[in-house]
Amino acid sequence: MNNLMDKCCDKCAHSPQTPCKDYVACRLDGPICHQDEACKEKRARFRDEVNPAPGQGRTVICVCAGGCISSGSMKVYDKLEKALAEKGLGGSVEVRKVGCHGFCEMGPIVTLEPDKVFYTRVTEDDVDEIVASIGGQVVERLLFTDPETGGKVTRYDQVPFYARQQKLVLKNCGFISPERIDHYVAMGGYRALVKVLYGMTPREVVDDVKVSGLRGRGGAGFPTGAKWEGALNARTKDKRYVVCNADEGDPGAFMDRSVLEGDPHAVLEGMIVCGYATGSDEGYIYVRAEYPMAIYRLKIAIAQAEQYGLLGDNILNSGFNFHIKIKAGAGAFVCGEGTALMTSIEGNRGMPRFKVGRSTEKGLWDKPTTLNNVETFANVPMIINQGGGWYAAIGTEKSKGTKIFSLTGKVINTGLVEVPMGATLRQIIFDVGGGIMGGKGFKAVQAGGPSGGCLPTEHLDLPIDYDSLGAVGAMMGSGGLVVMDDTTCMVDVARYFLNFTQSESCGKCTPCREGTKRMLDILTRICEGKGVPEDIETLDRLSRVIVKTSLCGLGQSAPNPVMSTLRYFKDEYLAHINEKRCPAGTCQALLVYSINAEKCTGCGLCAKNCPAGAITGEKKQPHVIDIKACIKCGNCFQKCKFGAVEKK
Amino acid sequence: MDNVNLTINGRQVSAPAGSTILDAAVAQGIFIPTFCHDPNLPGVASCRICVVEVKGQKNLTPSCMTAVREGMVVETESPAVVEARKTILELILANHPQDCLTCEKNGDCRLQDYAFIYGVKEGGFTGERHNYAIEEDNPYIIRDMNKCILCGKCVRTCAQVEGRAVIDYAFRGFRTKVAPPMNNTLGDSDCVYCGRCVAVCPVGALLYKPMAGKGRTWEIAREPVTCSFCESGCQFYLNKKGGRVIGVSAGSPGLGRPLCLKGRLGMELLYCDDPVTPQLKKGDVFQEVSWAEALGLKGVIDKIKKLEGE
Amino acid sequence: MTCKCGHVDDSVKQEDLQAAIEKFKAVKGGLIPLLQEAQDIYGYLPKEVMQQISSGLSIPFSKTFGVVTFYAQFHLKPRGRNIIRMCQGTACHVRGASRVFDAVSEDLGVGINGTTGDLRFTLETVACLGACGLAPAMMVNDDTHGRLTPEKSVVTLKQYE
Repeated sequence: MNNLMDKCCDKCAHSPQTPCKDYVACRLDGPICHQDEACKEKRARFRDEVNPAPGQGRTVICVCAGGCISSGSMKVYDKLEKALAEKGLGGSVEVRKVGCHGFCEMGPIVTLEPDKVFYTRVTEDDVDEIVASIGGQVVERLLFTDPETGGKVTRYDQVPFYARQQKLVLKNCGFISPERIDHYVAMGGYRALVKVLYGMTPREVVDDVKVSGLRGRGGAGFPTGAKWEGALNARTKDKRYVVCNADEGDPGAFMDRSVLEGDPHAVLEGMIVCGYATGSDEGYIYVRAEYPMAIYRLKIAIAQAEQYGLLGDNILNSGFNFHIKIKAGAGAFVCGEGTALMTSIEGNRGMPRFKVGRSTEKGLWDKPTTLNNVETFANVPMIINQGGGWYAAIGTEKSKGTKIFSLTGKVINTGLVEVPMGATLRQIIFDVGGGIMGGKGFKAVQAGGPSGGCLPTEHLDLPIDYDSLGAVGAMMGSGGLVVMDDTTCMVDVARYFLNFTQSESCGKCTPCREGTKRMLDILTRICEGKGVPEDIETLDRLSRVIVKTSLCGLGQSAPNPVMSTLRYFKDEYLAHINEKRCPAGTCQALLVYSINAEKCTGCGLCAKNCPAGAITGEKKQPHVIDIKACIKCGNCFQKCKFGAVEKK
Repeated sequence: MDNVNLTINGRQVSAPAGSTILDAAVAQGIFIPTFCHDPNLPGVASCRICVVEVKGQKNLTPSCMTAVREGMVVETESPAVVEARKTILELILANHPQDCLTCEKNGDCRLQDYAFIYGVKEGGFTGERHNYAIEEDNPYIIRDMNKCILCGKCVRTCAQVEGRAVIDYAFRGFRTKVAPPMNNTLGDSDCVYCGRCVAVCPVGALLYKPMAGKGRTWEIAREPVTCSFCESGCQFYLNKKGGRVIGVSAGSPGLGRPLCLKGRLGMELLYCDDPVTPQLKKGDVFQEVSWAEALGLKGVIDKIKKLEGE
Repeated sequence: MTCKCGHVDDSVKQEDLQAAIEKFKAVKGGLIPLLQEAQDIYGYLPKEVMQQISSGLSIPFSKTFGVVTFYAQFHLKPRGRNIIRMCQGTACHVRGASRVFDAVSEDLGVGINGTTGDLRFTLETVACLGACGLAPAMMVNDDTHGRLTPEKSVVTLKQYE
């Protein structure tokens, strides 16, 4: 027996070759096919290896193999393995590649379980010290410093960033190995599957999901239970599909990526349960091609689930068949839209189609199709295990459960945050996120990606859920939160998002194809100081028409960033248009650079770096900028060591 | 089939269940503009000019694909609808040459008609426009993609021809273009110049070259004629100006091989008062050929000549 | 698939392509995964390859071309040995990604989607790498580089031959 999924001994009757309802229970709590204390101990030991209890003398060093790879975590991992082998600690200490821990700002992150020791920004050079510290004193200098108290924090559950979160979907992320099914099973995985296959009818599953109040995490927040019910009741009986939307494309959003890379089996289990509930035997996961690691881990997860009979034909001898295939996207944001995604799976240009009826009646290849996103499926196992009622107790009246947000932009703690629905923006940005970088002031938060809107300070205390965000002109979207400070120009932000949606427009319908282009033209002109007063009214009208007439959700929501900034930050637009001034100091064309003679030391660094030769002055005398020659590149501003170059 | 009752512009209307708002409106003589809709070419609802307001719905809906429902209340010319149509027309015109004075389609152009109806004088937006070269490298079809409004009727029509589908949408977003493979010209493609795409184009993007410059649309009367070159019996149109036939254009296809080039050339030879010299593609280039060769009758005619002893 | 010596053996590629076509012939919606495999084999999608795929799957060439030009990941021209993908995500944008892009672009002497004359680099942009904690970020081949400055980005590229 090498891991939890293996037979404990020859007497064990449970194996993938002899599928039955007790297989998973036998693995986790068994053996239950025969009585043998030694086998029971063996199983307990493997379970404890995955999830060690304190005081057993066993340590697991978890190294983030998610986002932290890009900051060099794999070098840390390799060196840890080598160092432990050299020290002969291989038996009592395990180094484990885990998924994203969420606190990306502090990466590479290394944690020591079961003591929850939390090391930040770890490099190869820290490895020897970490290894030497095992069983002794923690490495003080690698610990997180609480910015409020200035003191070191040893355990991650005491770090404010984590302490104020409620990790349900992400509970395994950053802890188990995403490439090992035995880890998932050891944490209670695939029990929900057994429960539905042997204890619930499809109708009961649908009802439980309805009771839970789970709503689609992909953006629109459609009630998941109602969607599943639609598929279950669909008139076509011959073939149905389950599709997982993993085409997470909002700039600044990476929650689905983290779930896929950190706990892929939770998504698979959710999909299989959905297949059972809706009478489907085939599922697709559409993953964007920019996520090769997610695809790699999903492939491993699918192969392992098939190997142990949890996926495939006659799952656990229940007579239920379910197969999952991966479709890699090819680089088109619009494919995150349901009908475009299905069109793309069918092998076409990913252009959305006009829906005649719901996808649960006529979806992929015109068959009833249940389409949910990654996070939605990842919620399903816990709903089944603990009951819809338990789940419904979390969150707000109309939005249940937790939501993962990716918190980015000018916030101190960039990362993934899971909080109950109804948490306020202030709690997320300031309590969890640690506030604004560089001591600057909060200006706005862009919620919901390119389809969402920018919310100002007055909405910081808004308890956020699907409905409250919609009411103030933003949306939940997939959960991106981009924080902006007072040096962010809101017209430039609107232009940025329009540029994104415009370049990702599929080109099928006129208002989105031509309209977003013209909106972008106007916004660009305004940022360049060429705006005219009528532009506001034109933007308003184009927004209205594009929202009302576009074919798909991408077009219908494309003007949101413009509409919300016009609603909350109209004065910035007016300053650009009427005064040719960018209040935030972002729009290059509108900036005027000057040198403060009192601060200037006459070092000449600015003049040396000016590509336009616009700066002159005698050595050790204050320099001046010739505004006519200045190309506003900002080099002088960047280079000046004395803060003498000013822009306004 | 059952009928459903609905209200269009305050009028009580009955329409067959499963039919569209557009069908129901047209049956009542209510005007709704369309670009991409064609009853023979299943809908795509992409141009959005046919949007109408349905009470209780947040957004406007394309009437060409929205089925009628019992009790539905529809407005086809509400302020929101008119604003949307005007704006869509302005958006199209902002990326469309305004050379109506010399355009072959002048007088038979939907864009022109709708701009007239909704009082849209010009594009209203400045900025980038398409700047494609006009394609005239084949003897039969002129393609000016600057005038294309991407309704896609030509794509769908071409796909109906067995083994063709010479053109399709290419690229995406603002750069979307109807194109043969590799974005080549029609002359460089497998096109057989049946001319059906020309027949369905609602604007001046596709024109029949042999008739170019020979008359304004309102001077030309069209008279249907049935092709007798094979048993398919396709419909063509004789285009008459001042009593003279100046050209033959594609009408509706018969069963089997629809509206083939040979058929149309045959019709031109038969009916045109001044038929143009036919050309066929030999290798990669078009060459003028004899009528006998163009119609595939060279062998037959040679045999007849021989038998009749010249 | 390609050996490093610069010698190109198209017959091997051709065999791989035929095998891929066989594999996807009967797969529903097989066009896109087949194009992805073909691009892995050839590095881009030459006309002849697209033609073979079209006839192999009995799909009009015009449709294949339409699909290829729709998706950002497909390429009609040979690309550089090293692919730089500069993140244009929101987080990167607000942390100065455009300055980083300009610096790299100037250093290489190519614009968006440009390939250097020696085929060493192709410069592309990507909507978001999902590495927002490292903003501004770029990927070179499979390596992600984060917390870039204009200077650091240019230096980083030196290690790629």
